[in-house]
Amino acid sequence: MTISNENPAVAAGAPPPTKGDVQELIDGVLAAYPAKARKLRSKHVKPNDPSGTDEQCAVKANIKSRPGVMTPRGCAYAGSKGVVWGPVKDMVHLSHGPIGCGQYSWGGRRNYATGTPGIDNFVNFQFTSDFQEKDIVFGGNKKLAKITEEIAGLFPLARGISVQSECPVGLIGDDIEAVAKEQGEALDLPIVPVRCEGFRGVSQSLGHHIANDAIRDFLLGTKEPEVETGPYDVALMGDYNIGGDAWASRRILEDMGLRVIAQWSGDGTMQELASAHRAKLSLLHCYRSMNYICTTLEQEYGIPWEEYNFFGPTKIIESMRRIAEYFDDSIREKTEAAIARYEPYFADVQARYGPRLAGKKVMLLIGGLRPRHTIGAYEDLGMQVIGTGFEFAHKEDYVKTSKELGEAVLIYDDPSSYELEEFTRALKPDLVGAGVKEKYVYHKMGVPFRQMHSWDYSGPYHGVEGFAVFARDMDTTISSPSWDLFTAPWQASQPAPAVAGAGVGSDV
Amino acid sequence: MSEATAGRADSGNLDLRGDALRVLDHNELFGLQEYVQQHAAKRELEAAPSDEEVEATLAWSRGWEYRELNFAREAVVVNPLKACQPLGAVLAALGFAGTLPYVHGSQGCVAYFRSHLSRHFKEPVPAVSSSMTEDAAVFGGQANLIEGVENARALYHPDMIAISTTCMAEVIGDDVGMFVGSAEQAGALPVGFLAPYANTPSFVGSHLTGYDSMLYAILSLLTKDASPDAVVDPAAGSRPRINVLPGFDPYVGNVREISRLLDQLGVDVTVLGDHSDTLDSPADGDYKLYPGGTPLAAVTAAPGAVASLPLQAFSTRRSRQLIRDTWGQPVLDVAPPIGIRNTDAMLMAVAEATGTEIPVEVTAERGRVIDAITDSHPYVHGKRVAVAGDPDLVLGLLSFLLELGAEPTHILCTPGDADFEAAAYELLHASPYGAHATIWTGKDAWHLRSLVLTEPVDLIIGPSYLKGIAREADVPLVRFGFPVFDRHHLHRYPIIGYAGALNLLTWIVNTILDELDRKAPDYGLDIVR
Repeated sequence: MTISNENPAVAAGAPPPTKGDVQELIDGVLAAYPAKARKLRSKHVKPNDPSGTDEQCAVKANIKSRPGVMTPRGCAYAGSKGVVWGPVKDMVHLSHGPIGCGQYSWGGRRNYATGTPGIDNFVNFQFTSDFQEKDIVFGGNKKLAKITEEIAGLFPLARGISVQSECPVGLIGDDIEAVAKEQGEALDLPIVPVRCEGFRGVSQSLGHHIANDAIRDFLLGTKEPEVETGPYDVALMGDYNIGGDAWASRRILEDMGLRVIAQWSGDGTMQELASAHRAKLSLLHCYRSMNYICTTLEQEYGIPWEEYNFFGPTKIIESMRRIAEYFDDSIREKTEAAIARYEPYFADVQARYGPRLAGKKVMLLIGGLRPRHTIGAYEDLGMQVIGTGFEFAHKEDYVKTSKELGEAVLIYDDPSSYELEEFTRALKPDLVGAGVKEKYVYHKMGVPFRQMHSWDYSGPYHGVEGFAVFARDMDTTISSPSWDLFTAPWQASQPAPAVAGAGVGSDV
Repeated sequence: MSEATAGRADSGNLDLRGDALRVLDHNELFGLQEYVQQHAAKRELEAAPSDEEVEATLAWSRGWEYRELNFAREAVVVNPLKACQPLGAVLAALGFAGTLPYVHGSQGCVAYFRSHLSRHFKEPVPAVSSSMTEDAAVFGGQANLIEGVENARALYHPDMIAISTTCMAEVIGDDVGMFVGSAEQAGALPVGFLAPYANTPSFVGSHLTGYDSMLYAILSLLTKDASPDAVVDPAAGSRPRINVLPGFDPYVGNVREISRLLDQLGVDVTVLGDHSDTLDSPADGDYKLYPGGTPLAAVTAAPGAVASLPLQAFSTRRSRQLIRDTWGQPVLDVAPPIGIRNTDAMLMAVAEATGTEIPVEVTAERGRVIDAITDSHPYVHGKRVAVAGDPDLVLGLLSFLLELGAEPTHILCTPGDADFEAAAYELLHASPYGAHATIWTGKDAWHLRSLVLTEPVDLIIGPSYLKGIAREADVPLVRFGFPVFDRHHLHRYPIIGYAGALNLLTWIVNTILDELDRKAPDYGLDIVR
């Protein structure tokens, strides 16, 4: 189906679309669904109402995807192995079950980590039990026990093993907990069973929770820090060091006079998972994937936690000052000194890229954090988010997102491929930011696109220097002359790409 | 940290103003002094092993003792070079026009298949899932499948829905055939709607098995009423027509090349199935969900062709059996047409089967590639090469390497079986250049690391996953096969036929020359090579 270009939500020169306009667009797009799916989907897509109550302004979220619609979502295994556990570099993460899950999550996420691959760093590895039919029929417990012995023998500097369950493990009733306990004692090596079978829950989200719980149950509080702790020790939580994000963030905290004694889980270690309970404050970047363990640290160890946002100058500076409030004047002074040093740098980045990016419109579909946390960074460059949504956020994430955005901005939860394509055709953004599954669709459409899960193989985007990379990358893609090549000269009378004239100068 | 280094760190990147502002991304940023120091300080908090311990372990891991321990592994698999069945089933489905791949089971699998194929082909990969969760684990996935096909038809308007299964659906014993019937009864699918299905448990076989299973299912369904005598292909005209089976082919250029080559013989081709346009479509401002694929009517007519030519054997086993036994059609079981002699043999087999002649243009094309090979042979001759990948691609490449005088040394095929071993052995031992090669099936890239570190090679050829090993062994990697995630557009070229041989030769010899230049002393940086 085609959405009319005359829709007031997108009419050029018209006043900003009203909630009614956007609702009309939504209704038009959802009309293609069969009745049941349409009714259910309609609760997940709304025009934003930042002034509303939490009940009013949030879409429904964290609910099962409808079958057959082409959801962007993954599974609990992806949330546990792929997101939370995978970056812990000095442990072996075993994809326990058939070959595929570990294969497809091998090396694509760019969780940077120092160390020697295969010796004391196992991040870019695919360890699997490669279940065969006999393992399904007779169970995989003996194989798992053997695997732990072989890992201990071949990788003696591995500090532990996590067992990441794939679908069959739970379905055939294997007792991986018993094997982990027995083998852990026999080998004197922590072995953590994780029940993240892909059929559990509705998305990656439950996998994050299960992974957090496994850390809590098996590792948290089992070690003391390697150094004498002090008043300025913090834990950096929920940063997966994609393209070096956590390193750029850590720099800010260190410039503020703080010491990061635990980094979860990007470039992380068993030691840091086990000793984070000695931090004075948990600093939480990806709320969606690690709020659970921060709550545990608060309840069991009395450690307060603070959410922060290190995307773009506005949010970085705001976050730094908020974090500094937890500490004494010496930290607050260092924080102000750091901000004073960063501000001219930020201004230079904005001066270089802002003129080419100002006024550009963005649509986002990412995981559980960035559709909210990058809004400020886009706005720092004069750009405007006109549609945003998450794969696997919960209601509370949408409540927070709503406050960041203007009236009637399109909000979509777990949109199908069809929905996102139709919304893009109707709203004609200058940039779409989503995942690799979406990326090439928008390339065909001629819509500038950035892959915002692993930063399109760039980064970091967090931190001070990360903002410069972010700005450069958005400019690279929006200003690329390649978007102007889509129509051959002899086709001049034919329809232009979905976004015409996206190149340099068209809007400046 | 001394005052001097602290000062340098602070005056680093952030204090360059205005036009001097540098944007350093991950490639350079973390080499700055402040980050080097940050990493060193962090290591103090990691309870990390000492540098000596790391060095000693690393040295041990590179030796023969470790190799023996590594090869004694029975249970854990480390960096395998194979994927699971439904990935192959999705690729097979993408070979047919208007066909939506549908994977029955839990939804994360489909997200993985789509991203995995997209990372290789740099193309959109539409596929849908039954999105089964805990309740479906208890009650079965029938309700999911019925709603799934209804939603998929409403949103994506497929002409055919090709259903494969994840291990979840297989373990709980879902009966997809029955579910399709139920979907028809429920009105979610029109009666007779094309919905081929294949059981593709990921704990059996590999992506190659899954490709074959889905291809078999599609061919079976679309030709179930066909008899070889009754079918006349109206498009055939006076030219003979053959079917070409690309198999799990990571090179979209291959299908176009075989069609071009056989056209020169005067032979028409029906590709079963053709994912080349599906996974290499034009960027013209209009996204098409189904930009290519073999027309379903052409599949129905396929039993009327003169013969079928598989370009891969291991990913088309059941499908070839169907063609031979059920269609009663000759199958030209030639080696994968990679390299000169394999292409010669393929062309002669096609010419014989179709009663056509190999024209002088093809002979001239062949001659030009032979000319290129003679130009390049001094740089490739005698080079020790480790080769890894899927069985047909590896067998084809081995044949070509032997023609070049290169010496295949370690041959690794994770999904390889006894048939592969026998074929590789025969090939290698028929040539003095292959006599010392060893063949490893069921082994993984961590085994390959031990092989190349204990018995060094000059070159590694295989998928992107081998780049770490290549770096550690300090030899170049020629990207080849599936997946290639980290080099662009290689998959758009053919590697089959004479044109494909020239592409492979170009990649291999220029990689060797780049390495030669990189390591050459100043006086040896020859301008002419």
